[in-house]
Amino acid sequence: MPEDAVGIVRWKGGELTVTTATAIATQRRVIPVADLDLHLREGGDGAPVVILHRSIGTLGWDALEEKLAAQFRVITPDLPGFGESERPDWAREPRDIALLVSRMLERLDLTDVTLVGLGFGGFVAAELATANEERLKSLVLVGAAGLKPREGEIVDQMLIEHAAYVRQGFSDEARFEARFGSELHPDIKDIWEFSRIMTARVSWSPYMFSRRLPHLLCEVKTPTLVVWGDDDRIIPKDSGLQYAERIPNARLEVVPNAGHLVEWDAPEELAQLIAAQATV
Amino acid sequence: MLIGRFTERPYQDPASGYFGATGRSIQDLSISNGEYDSQLGADLYNRYLDEQVATEEAGFDAVMLNEHHSTPFCMGGTVNTEAAILARITEKVKIVLNGNVLPIWDDPLWLAEELATIDMISRGRLVTGWVRGTGRESIAHNAQPPFNWERFQEAHDFIVKAWTDDGPFRWEGEHYDYRYVNPWMRPYQKPHPQIMIPGVVSKNTVKWAAEHRYPYLMLSTRLEPTKASFDYYREVARENGYEAGSQHIGYLFKVHVEETEELAYEVGKKFLDGPGNIFLEGSRGTASPVLQNLPGLTDRKNLLPTGQVGFVAASRGRDADQVAKDNPDEAKDDKAAEPAPPARGGPAPAMQADYDTQLENYTIISGTPDSVIPKIRHVLETLRPGTIFFWDGDGAMTHEDSMRSLKLMGSDVLPAVREMAEELELKSSFEVDTQTNEPIPQLEEASAAGG
Repeated sequence: MPEDAVGIVRWKGGELTVTTATAIATQRRVIPVADLDLHLREGGDGAPVVILHRSIGTLGWDALEEKLAAQFRVITPDLPGFGESERPDWAREPRDIALLVSRMLERLDLTDVTLVGLGFGGFVAAELATANEERLKSLVLVGAAGLKPREGEIVDQMLIEHAAYVRQGFSDEARFEARFGSELHPDIKDIWEFSRIMTARVSWSPYMFSRRLPHLLCEVKTPTLVVWGDDDRIIPKDSGLQYAERIPNARLEVVPNAGHLVEWDAPEELAQLIAAQATV
Repeated sequence: MLIGRFTERPYQDPASGYFGATGRSIQDLSISNGEYDSQLGADLYNRYLDEQVATEEAGFDAVMLNEHHSTPFCMGGTVNTEAAILARITEKVKIVLNGNVLPIWDDPLWLAEELATIDMISRGRLVTGWVRGTGRESIAHNAQPPFNWERFQEAHDFIVKAWTDDGPFRWEGEHYDYRYVNPWMRPYQKPHPQIMIPGVVSKNTVKWAAEHRYPYLMLSTRLEPTKASFDYYREVARENGYEAGSQHIGYLFKVHVEETEELAYEVGKKFLDGPGNIFLEGSRGTASPVLQNLPGLTDRKNLLPTGQVGFVAASRGRDADQVAKDNPDEAKDDKAAEPAPPARGGPAPAMQADYDTQLENYTIISGTPDSVIPKIRHVLETLRPGTIFFWDGDGAMTHEDSMRSLKLMGSDVLPAVREMAEELELKSSFEVDTQTNEPIPQLEEASAAGG
């Protein structure tokens, strides 16, 4: 894979790939929540920005984190059951993950958090906001799952080959190869395969949405930015429209030339949008 | 010895284009049921039921049915319906279900009720077998793959309790909850119908079967790795304080019989045609790597020796390069492992051995009674199973093909195999109790050899 493509990934107890020259020093921490060891990486100083990763897991400290860390204290947890964080065997829906993350924010004693959720992480972030938004300053939902689109369907990663699913997340599939090379690193495939086990444990049916979440969004007070890639081929833009319609203080920002994976298709634009939202 | 016959009951549609070796490729999930012809379905269901009755008339001890969903290679999506009909229209044969896919039942009490009903209508002829299913079954009935193994075990525990404990009782498990378990039907056989566990690659399942002392049936896997897998069963048995015997071992293999070698060679080839089960040797269909890699469905690092064989590995989404690394000797001998499949993540190739190779390695036995009997003997000597099923009348075989073979099996093959079994002391789970290893008193001494 290209040398500068992927950040620092910790996997199976070792550093898998150290590529992006991270100017920002980062550290890993382990936060115990509900008898589970939850792992996170953080770097940078300033107001806290917490980024919740996708259902495919995290490939570590990446371009988006690096850009934001120049201005903020960026915290990237491995969601419970993903990466190195312990699996809550009892978890059955994204709301369970949200409750654990909420407790993690409490354990870290974070306030005025800008909570960023990417895809499935956006689903978790929205659930978290409906449950407890005391520690939140603002919310950024990027191509967030969680709501059933009124038209179209959310692409089902369980029915397609997994690399093909990720490929479809880019607006231009050539970017997949530019990022991952012509042959996918087996460890990255492993991470994706492993991540999807947790996804299947908490979002198998209904797939990637909740029938209860939409009814609670009207209570969310936190200012919310909904970001959608203009060429999102995974989750129909209508889900984004619904988030913007249902959350009282929300607006939708559509990023041109970006697919579902906005943070990889347009990291600069996304970082700017998040920074603006975090400093309002 | 218990001798049964099995067919997948394929949906044989000559107009489908996938019928025949050169036809359109069949991959899981790739065919719409928009082309399903219910007239043809009606003919086939009735034909297969007729053949099951003929199987009894030919002198077999058992008919075996299986269950798959959303696929043309097996019409047994509601296998209990077929079993219920057979319970009424047959008289002596054991009705062996190998098996119901436990984890896809959201309400296993319903399954317990159906099976008890079949057992009563047949007056105690049900042999129940339970499986975890392939990815196809999890997708078709939307059962969470990561909970497949947990649900299998819990459903098993629950059904056995529902069959054996007096109700009402309450069940609050990890995956199933019942406030009132008191089914108004109870199995005819006491304490409950015999449970048989079929499988192909899962080591967990063999271990679990051995711990429960259930007979384990290997499905048409190659002889050497099958033998090694049975050795694993015996090893677990010893760890659990008992010696596994032939009563704990079952084997399904392809056998077809004709009057002449020429005809047997031609008709045997039909095993490879039509919509065959892509998990089992003899099909030219291809597995969807997606289905076989459903998250958390099987632990691919915990496979039996049979899982190393190229075609099984491919159908499980593993690539041949990795198989070769894991097990160089097996891959070297496996002609089917060539040519190399596409890179990791690509579509799984059809990696079936060709027909002649399958005839050589005993994956298909097709011939006249004279040539078939010594080959069956070789299988029995190698594996020492107490229960065997001949897999016949499958692929592209017609009703006439099935009936000719059945007739010769009845007149020539079965008597010879029964003698062989006596000589080799291969006892079935109906002759020796798998729980105690004690002989089971036979009601009629005359039919003891028959099971």
